[in-house]
Order: sequence, then structure tokens, then C-alpha cells
Amino acid sequence: MGKVLMKGNEAIAEAAIKAGGLNYFAYPITPQNEVAEYLSWRLPEVGGSFLQGESEVAVSYMIFGASACGARVFTTSSSPGISLMSEGLSYITAAECPAVFVNIMRGGPGLGGILPSQADYFQATKGGGHGDYHLLVLAPAGIQEAVEMMMEAFSLAEKYRNPVMILGDGLIGQMMEPVEFAEDFVAKPYNNDDWATSGMDTRKSGTRNLVKTLYLDPEELNNHNLKLKAKYQRMKAEEVRFKTYNTEADYAALIVSYGTMSRVCCTAIDNLKEEGLEVGLVRPQTLFPFPEEAVLEAASKESCRFVLSVEMSMGQMVEDVERSVKGRRPVEWYGKCGGEVPTPEDIMGVIRERIK
Amino acid sequence: MGKTYKRPEALSDAHTHYCPGCTHGIIHRLVAEVIDELGVRGRTVGIAPVGCAVLAYNYFTFDFQESAHGRAPAMATGIKRVRPDLIVFTYQGDGDLASIGLGEIIHAANRGEKFTTVFVNNAVYGMTGGQMAPTTMPEQRTTTSPVGRKTSEAGMPIRMAELLATLATPSYISRHTVIRPKYIVKAKRAIKQAFQYQIEGRCFSLVEIVSTCPTNWGMTPQEAITWTEDKLLAYYKLGEYKTPD
Repeated sequence: MGKVLMKGNEAIAEAAIKAGGLNYFAYPITPQNEVAEYLSWRLPEVGGSFLQGESEVAVSYMIFGASACGARVFTTSSSPGISLMSEGLSYITAAECPAVFVNIMRGGPGLGGILPSQADYFQATKGGGHGDYHLLVLAPAGIQEAVEMMMEAFSLAEKYRNPVMILGDGLIGQMMEPVEFAEDFVAKPYNNDDWATSGMDTRKSGTRNLVKTLYLDPEELNNHNLKLKAKYQRMKAEEVRFKTYNTEADYAALIVSYGTMSRVCCTAIDNLKEEGLEVGLVRPQTLFPFPEEAVLEAASKESCRFVLSVEMSMGQMVEDVERSVKGRRPVEWYGKCGGEVPTPEDIMGVIRERIK
Repeated sequence: MGKTYKRPEALSDAHTHYCPGCTHGIIHRLVAEVIDELGVRGRTVGIAPVGCAVLAYNYFTFDFQESAHGRAPAMATGIKRVRPDLIVFTYQGDGDLASIGLGEIIHAANRGEKFTTVFVNNAVYGMTGGQMAPTTMPEQRTTTSPVGRKTSEAGMPIRMAELLATLATPSYISRHTVIRPKYIVKAKRAIKQAFQYQIEGRCFSLVEIVSTCPTNWGMTPQEAITWTEDKLLAYYKLGEYKTPD
């Protein structure tokens, strides 16, 4: 199978199947409906399980129940739907169950709009639900990368026994690009005998498994949270991913941007280069864990006068950028959050204005 | 002479945390007896609710999941959809099932999810300290209805068995109680029937069990039984509400 032209939402759906994610529960919401529409016929074809739940709240617990008995499960939704799933995400993370959640972000808050947005950065990276927890958050900048991240997300979720979120802006779901599915991809086998409630008959030990999140003893709960924290520390040590652009040049400004927005920034960087103005870029591929060291290192380059976080939000990732830069350079924000994607000209204007 | 009555294998030997006069212990035992008799302990997954029975898994000896408040039917749905061979039941109270989890139970029942629900209705929130539930009786005093439930503000109590029996899909809906031995025999028969239907691959089954809460009702266990018989059973009528066609 060579390259095929696919819409992002459908490519994500097919990628999940290729990775052995054959169990899907979801609730309709724009702009990601094509995932469920595609899977509603495709999953029965491959012997999978498809169910449209009655609400995103219920869906998140269908995911929980299925994951807790050892199945490889996922769902897709968009911003308001993820808010409703956040209760379940807190429980699933607390119970240490693997699952993949895809958020094709639309504008908020409230109903917001149905056009692309990146305004769920805080929700995805800082929690969303209650309690001390993190999701491992992957942010694709194109359909090919969305496919690759989706295929890897299941094994990451299983490695950490923690939900993984694919955080894509609406463009990732809606645009079409050529994609290629790795033919040699083999989903890693996954042994959950020691914890999954798959029925005692399925395991040699003959002991029963229990999936729970209640720890009434304060010391026990504290220890449980320390265990979760250690997992997030391990993610920080092993999973940080990022790309750079034009960072070999002596750039006067550094852009930090992710998702589709970062591609627009690259165009702006190319255009500014022609004008004789060098700008570098760091694109986080993981938003949690955030590439703190890469951003600090790039910001610390002698030629770099300031750092600009460009995002389709009113300034969310900029807080992580500031945290990473540790005051060594001024950190600023530029973005729009109504559904309109900033253009290369917009970004070039901001940089020119700041440099002069 | 051999042993004629012993602890079911599906029931652990842990002392329960339930109050004196509470019927959760009896209902747990009935569920355990049924699981033993049907020989399904090794492929059963129970789902504990939020409420007094949140720790139910401490008293059973098979796989268990613990849900968020009201979401047990969604978790059971998730399990049965990916592992139809497992025997799955939710064990839920009235705050859990009839209030916050109303959407989940109705849709799971209406889709005909192939699991069983044991619904314990004692007309009050127990674990949180005796607040008013959708099932609380008119004029019944609770910590959030200190002068009694006013139906002008809170409406009449929800009859879940009747409500769910209006759905065309579920295979079995019945209501029982366990406040006297004669009722216990019938309740056990109903629970066994519900699990049996699940094993046969039939759609959703639910057994509602009208229960007591002497602690939050402010009664002695004996008074609680009398009040249940006089007041609750007059409103929550026992019987079979839906059986397979």
C-alpha cells in the first residue's frame, strides 16, 4: 500500500485499526464526526467493536470498563465533549488503565465554534478532571504524523498504563493529505494478567483482580499519588519529542508553536529569511511532557533576542514556554482564537514589529 | 452430620462495614450464592457503585471494578461489548442509579446491554449521610429535607422498575425485598433468573431490592423493617414488571 489521499479524521480511524485498536466508543460532535462514521462500517469489517454511546460522560466510562478488562480501546471527540469525558479521564488515570483519547479541538469556551482551535492546551496538559494526574499528550502537525502518533499511542498507553491524548486542531481532522501506513507495523503484545479484570479463569494465578480508585487511608492515597508522579517523571525522562526548524541559523527570534499552527510559522520563517531576517522554531510533538530543555537551549542562543509562542489560543502554551525559558529571554505570545488560523503575514508582521 | 449451610465461595470472609439492620449483607450473600450455583465465578466481573456498596468488592472473591457515581452501567457496557463471554453485573444504590446515573441506566437498558443490575433502593443517600434521594418518600425526613420531602418541590419518588419496564428492549425487570425470610427466597430466585437470562445471552435484566437504612432513617432495625413493609412496599410494589416474551 503506497500513499493514499485521506481526510485526517478517517486516517486517524484507520491508523487505530492498524495498531490493533479495535474497540471504539464515541458520541457525535463536530469537527470529528468522520471518525465514528468511518469506524461504524470499518470496525465490524475487521471484527472490532463499535458503539455510539448516549453521552461523552457515558463513553468515557465505556472506555474505562473495556480498558479495565484488558481491551485496547479508544475514543475521539472535540473540545466540549472532552470536557464531559474529563471526569472519566481522572478515574481512568487514577485506576492506571491504558486508553487513547483523540481531541480534534474546536473553538471555546462553551459551545465556542466548530472551526480549528488550540484552546484546550491547559485542559489536555494540566489535567481537565480533578486530582493530580497527567495524560501523555501528542500533538501532530499533519495527517501523516497523526497516523504515526495514533499507531504508537496504544503502546505508549500500555507502557505507562495511562491514557494518551492525541491533541489535534480542527485542521488535522478536516484537511486531506497523502498518507502512508507502515506495512511492517506490529502492535506490541500486551500482557495485563496482573491487573486487568478479565475474569479469573483467564489467568494462571487464579487470584482475582480489582480495578479501583478509592483509597480511604491517607498514607495509601499519598503512596498511590507518588506512584503516579513517578510515572510522569518517567515520561519526562523518556518521551519528550520535538522538532526544530531553521535553528542552525543565527536567529534573532525563536518561535515555539505546535500542530498546524507550526506549519504556518515555518512558512513565515521561510519568507522572513528571504527578507534577511532569521527566525528559528521549536515544535513540541509532546505537550506533556513538554520539551523544556530544547526550548531553553534554543532560546539561550546568543543571537536570540526574544521568544514568541504562537498558538490558536489566548496564550496557554506560552506559560510552559516561560517556565522553560526561565527568564533568560523575554517571552511573548501571539495568537487568534476564533477559528481563524493566523496567516504567515500575521506572524511576519509581529516579528518585524518586535525586531525593529 | 455434614455441613448444610456455609459461606458461598464467591463471598469473602471479611466483616462488612454495613450498619446493623442494613440489608446489603443479605443481598451480597444472595448474589454470591447465585454465582456459585451458576458456576460462573471465574468469568464474572462485578461493578461497585459509589455509595454504601462502594467497598462491595471487599466482600466478593472475583474480579471487580469500582465505578464513579452512577456510571456503572456504562462500565458494564464497555466490558460486555469487548468481552461478551464475561458475566457482568452492576450493584447500585438509589442515589447512584436513580439520580446521577439515570441516563446511564436508561440507555444501557434500552440498548439491551447484556448485563445484570442489582438495584438496592433504600429511599435515601446512605454513605454521604442520609440526604434526600429521588426515591425518598413524601414527608420522609432526611438531612436535606429536615421537615420531610415536599412533593411540591421535589416531586414524587421515582419508581425505577416501572420506569424501566416501559422500555421495549430489556428482558427482565422485577422488584423484591429481603426484610423477611419469605421475601428473601423470592429475591434470590429473581437474582438467579436475571443472571440466568444473561448467561442465555438475553438483553438487560434488573432486580430492584427495596432495602432498609435504620441509621439514616433514625430507626431501630425492627422499626425499619416495619416502616419498609408499611410505607415503602405500599409505594414500591413487589413483583415482576417485565419478563421475556
